[in-house]
Amino acid sequence: MTKLLGITQSTPNDWKLTELGWIFSLAIFFLGASSAVFGRWVEEGGPRKAMLTAALCWAGGFFLSAIGVYTHILWLIYIGYGFIGGCALGIGYISPVSTLIKWFPDRPGMATGMAIMGFGGGAFIAAPLSVWLMGKFSSATHVGVAETFIVLGCVYFFFMIVGAIIVRVPPPGWAPEGYVAPAASQKLITKNDVFVYDAVKTPQFWLIWWVLCLNVTAGIGVLGQASAMSQEMFPGHITPVAAAGFVGLMSLFNMGGRFCWATVSDYIGRRNTYFVFMVLGFVLYCTVPHAGSIGSVALFVGCFLIIISMYGGGFSTVPAYLKDMFGTRYVGAIHGLLLTAWSMAGIFGPVIVNYLRAYNITHGVPKAQAYNNTMYIMAGLLVIGFICNFLVKAVAERYHMKANDPRAHDQAVAGAKA
Amino acid sequence: MANSTQTDSSMTIKLILAWGFVGIPLVWGVLQTLANAMKLFH
Repeated sequence: MTKLLGITQSTPNDWKLTELGWIFSLAIFFLGASSAVFGRWVEEGGPRKAMLTAALCWAGGFFLSAIGVYTHILWLIYIGYGFIGGCALGIGYISPVSTLIKWFPDRPGMATGMAIMGFGGGAFIAAPLSVWLMGKFSSATHVGVAETFIVLGCVYFFFMIVGAIIVRVPPPGWAPEGYVAPAASQKLITKNDVFVYDAVKTPQFWLIWWVLCLNVTAGIGVLGQASAMSQEMFPGHITPVAAAGFVGLMSLFNMGGRFCWATVSDYIGRRNTYFVFMVLGFVLYCTVPHAGSIGSVALFVGCFLIIISMYGGGFSTVPAYLKDMFGTRYVGAIHGLLLTAWSMAGIFGPVIVNYLRAYNITHGVPKAQAYNNTMYIMAGLLVIGFICNFLVKAVAERYHMKANDPRAHDQAVAGAKA
Repeated sequence: MANSTQTDSSMTIKLILAWGFVGIPLVWGVLQTLANAMKLFH
């Protein structure tokens, strides 16, 4: 990024790359933590209050980060972007999911696909906009990061506030014209609700937690290393510029996969969709080393584009999976708790890829083959994910909320107050 | 009848505004990314 802006030399006061890496790690950690902690509040308080909070925290985090950059105090950025911004990410991520599920009872997968696709789509706007803004604000003495943070904070705040103002929750029992809900419960689609803290007591929650964690671990590891991996596996064929194009293409498939796979899950079922992720992912991960050995860039690129579409699809299908298992009422809060799997995968994935690559290279494996073992390990993780998904059965009746459950009354009172 | 037509056109305007609000920045971002991605094929 800095080279892109024309900076070629560092100064003694520059922050180290490892120190800066903590900003993103903290943001992802607090995304998972805040969605788990505030999930029930988001569900009971309603999406408007949650989106307003997310907008204030997100913009506030950017402004604090701008001060941190301006005064050259790194811990202000840790707090601003990492902690406050991370909490905003968690609250903002889960707040539209249950709302959209309620608007589309006939197509819950498509609904969650749209919500989660929006989160991925933001990167398409933020990345080029940030570069453009820094180009506008840069001068001979500074790169304009603080000003960029301020402008981005204002733009985000405006868009998020508009979203918070126009968001609506449908009345209970709402259905689109002509839609008639199936009279009988399907085997893996419940018509009952499970209370958020009862859901974590079920084996289904933890099985789906592992399914998501393993699917994301496999995807996130290669996503972060895609550029370096493609250049090292095809030296001379994939240049740094082409590798950047490859990463861009991957992000498009990541976003498209979120909508397409989640929509497909409405037709073939959530469990079957994850079976496709695990089986197809296994085949593709095993094919990547072969693509490297025969020098087929097209096969390599094709494999990774499908893999990354399923990585995105895993994120977007999971809320609908939870809705099928635990009902609509607490799906946002349960989804929030499940996102701790993302935090965990965010640590596991890159560590596996980076550690194995370094281990192979120090043991004399050529760079072009250094990722082969990693691919087979990722394929192995998907086998475990397949087993976890296979073990998912309908939630036992004892966990279903009863009509006179006092916790349901509490929620209604809280919702009315909001 | 007139009321229904008015409601329909107001709904259409709201829909265009809502989709434009989300779609225009997104399409701009996707086009930027696509332009970048084309470098893979050069």
